[in-house]
Amino acid sequence: MRLIKLVPDNTNIHFLRWRVPFYIISCLLIAASWGLVLTKGLNYGVDFAGGQEIQATFTEQEEAPIASLRELIGGLGYGEPVIQRFGEANEVSIRSKLPEEAEGNPGAAAQISKQITSAISTAYPDVRIDGVSTVSGKVSGEFREMAIWALGAAMLAISLYIWVRFEWQFGVGALFALFHDVSLTLGMFALFQMEFSLQIIAAILAIIGYSLNDTIVVYDRIREDLKKYRKMPLPELLDMSVNETLARTVMTSATLLVALIPLLIFGPESLFGLVAAITVGIFVGTYSSIYMAAPILIWLGVSGESFIPNESDIDRQERLARERAAKP
Amino acid sequence: MLDFPVWKKVWFWGVALICAALALPSLFSLANAPWPSALPNAQVNLGLDLAGGSHILLEAEKGQVAQQRIENMEESVRARFQAASPRIAIGDISRTNGRLSFMLKDTSQVDAARDELVNLTTGAGLTGQRDWDIRVEDGNRFILTPTQEGLDQAVSDAMDSAIEVVRKRIDALGTREPTIIRQGDARIVVQVPGLDDPEALKQLIGQTAKLEFKMVDENAAPNDVANGIAPPGDEIVPYAEGSEVGGVSSIAVKRLGGIKGDQLTNAQQSFEQQTNRPVVSITFNQQGGAKFAELTQQNVGKRFAIILDGKVLSAPSINEPILGGSAQISGSFSVESATQLAIALRSGALPVDLTVVEERTVGPDLGADSIKKGLIAMGVGSLLVIGLMIGSYGRFGIYATAALIINVLMILGIMAQIGTTLTLPGIAGFVLTIGAAVDANVLIYERIREERKRGRRVFTSVENGYKEASRAIYDANITNFIAGVLLFAFGSGPVRGFAVVLIIGLFTSVFTGVAMTRMWVAGWLRAKRPADLTI
Repeated sequence: MRLIKLVPDNTNIHFLRWRVPFYIISCLLIAASWGLVLTKGLNYGVDFAGGQEIQATFTEQEEAPIASLRELIGGLGYGEPVIQRFGEANEVSIRSKLPEEAEGNPGAAAQISKQITSAISTAYPDVRIDGVSTVSGKVSGEFREMAIWALGAAMLAISLYIWVRFEWQFGVGALFALFHDVSLTLGMFALFQMEFSLQIIAAILAIIGYSLNDTIVVYDRIREDLKKYRKMPLPELLDMSVNETLARTVMTSATLLVALIPLLIFGPESLFGLVAAITVGIFVGTYSSIYMAAPILIWLGVSGESFIPNESDIDRQERLARERAAKP
Repeated sequence: MLDFPVWKKVWFWGVALICAALALPSLFSLANAPWPSALPNAQVNLGLDLAGGSHILLEAEKGQVAQQRIENMEESVRARFQAASPRIAIGDISRTNGRLSFMLKDTSQVDAARDELVNLTTGAGLTGQRDWDIRVEDGNRFILTPTQEGLDQAVSDAMDSAIEVVRKRIDALGTREPTIIRQGDARIVVQVPGLDDPEALKQLIGQTAKLEFKMVDENAAPNDVANGIAPPGDEIVPYAEGSEVGGVSSIAVKRLGGIKGDQLTNAQQSFEQQTNRPVVSITFNQQGGAKFAELTQQNVGKRFAIILDGKVLSAPSINEPILGGSAQISGSFSVESATQLAIALRSGALPVDLTVVEERTVGPDLGADSIKKGLIAMGVGSLLVIGLMIGSYGRFGIYATAALIINVLMILGIMAQIGTTLTLPGIAGFVLTIGAAVDANVLIYERIREERKRGRRVFTSVENGYKEASRAIYDANITNFIAGVLLFAFGSGPVRGFAVVLIIGLFTSVFTGVAMTRMWVAGWLRAKRPADLTI
């Protein structure tokens, strides 16, 4: 039986040759992402903006009357709602942010949501309310604070762990790669104005975890190769390590993607944002482990001397094999 | 390395099979198939976003508890000083700035007053903590300031009894298995699965239901009342919506001398005999009945206001003393609102107002739809992953597949056993775990390929593959664990469900993907002693 090989044997791609242009592009992308986040802003869902989101099904209509719904709810005086199709054509999600003057009033979100649901139910007797989320200004502020803490703490804790397990340069490299992944994901959400909710924070933390998987695998190989080939110039050694782990990197991204894409297509609508974020994050994370995490080691001056040259079993086998091959 | 003594095999298989077997009740229930009740049947809990139901976060205003305490203290001080012999007269009472201050009319009574106050303010219980600071200024002005400990204790007590009240009210609605827990110092989480009318629930638990009867001050100038200027000793109370009489929107009542409607033995919705309008009939307990009788006896011919949560429901005249201990509350009720008020009164007033600060309600249809779609996506995703693994690694891919299936069952089994909740993001966590769990196998198998390419013998290659890959596997899993724990610590509700699946999945995937596949691979190598590997 012939086995599939996503990556051919013995690749020798000079990834690191393009490190400077790629680094510049990546840094520009990071800057652009933050620019988008700061100027366009993130489209906060109810979790972070406060307000309410109502999911409703019009059981006796082919298609939800989105235009007249917008008029009806806009007329209540709580600002323009965002009304989107949610699954089938007769299912909608209606989202409106908390009016600014109501942010200090803890009960406002619940009251407004009650008025909106009763207005819809009166105007459309066939409507079925499938879901209601209301979040007050205070709670949404707490969620925002919590999200920033969670992301910051995760990035720092993980970088510290890498620092302890490897060397400080690796910790910095991992932190930079993570920053890159988080920035680009945020940038994507700002660019497409996708709803940014608590679930997306979960997605970003998952991305941090999986992007780091790749980084660790590459770093682990770099460390191994640094001990083995102490004389090899660093760019060459990094290229070799990346090529050696390329098959694994591609394969793992592939298994994650084939697991996630059905969820994107067939899965529940409520999970779309989360899964989309992770899917994009897998691409970004794979790229960053190769192009962000590895080259930074050159500039930070990693060398084989950083590691105590303990000869492991495999090193010994390797050395014996080389010596045997060297004999005439 | 590839030696597997019998005890180890038994141990691995035992752990895997027991955990996987624990998943069966949950699987049967997800598939709507009957599960024999004689067998252990711990199932994974479905989150409200999958099962349908309401999650409501209520918050109490701590300042209100503080204000309430100062008001109560004023009443206690008045009563205490009145009962003292000789009577201690006070004046210039102020309750602003979170403290109570008053002046003694007779400066010589300072010591007597202080003794009374010390007795009054010594905290209950054995801790002997002081709930109030007593200070005397200018010789005859007393200032009582609540201590932080006393205040915290008061908030805590208020929350405890608020939880009890909320529980009684939800039970009265007849809903099944509500979860009511305190969160932080001034919040309550209420979770009620499968609910027909979440709005009614919110109204019911959001109603403070503090009932008061206060005498109407007929002498107050209507103009002053309309402008919100209260005559001395009075307060202006607005009418409840729809209860206004003749265009008057508020009424002046005497601040003191009324009674509270908290000493009830029963409250029922009924109908007024003449008009057939819905009313709430209440029955006082003995003590409350006596107070109510006294109030009505002393004020025949006058009007008293029935005040609910700071709004006047009605202000009927007292035609005759009401001695039987029961009364009717009239107001502009519908049958539903009267029934709801009856439930609220029966369960007692909330000691503090509760506001709904967060609500998540999911209808049962949407939840069921999510489960169905999630399971389909999970099935398709798993098949693709399995296809990719077997296509890429042949026999080794089959081992990875077996490990993956055991892995998923183990996660479900462990979740059912430790009583965690499967939420909608948790389903995404499952799918992600399916995609990521095989990463360990990929790392190992790719390493084995590499070792073979370098010309190592089959046994050595496999041994090195497992050994060299495990470093990266452990590092990767530990960092993922860190991210997962932070997600769990900071996340709320459904997002936590995602973290739970990821964290359990890390442990089970190392166990199945590394330990169990090694056992199988070793068994195969020993039995067949292949000269070459197809990998």
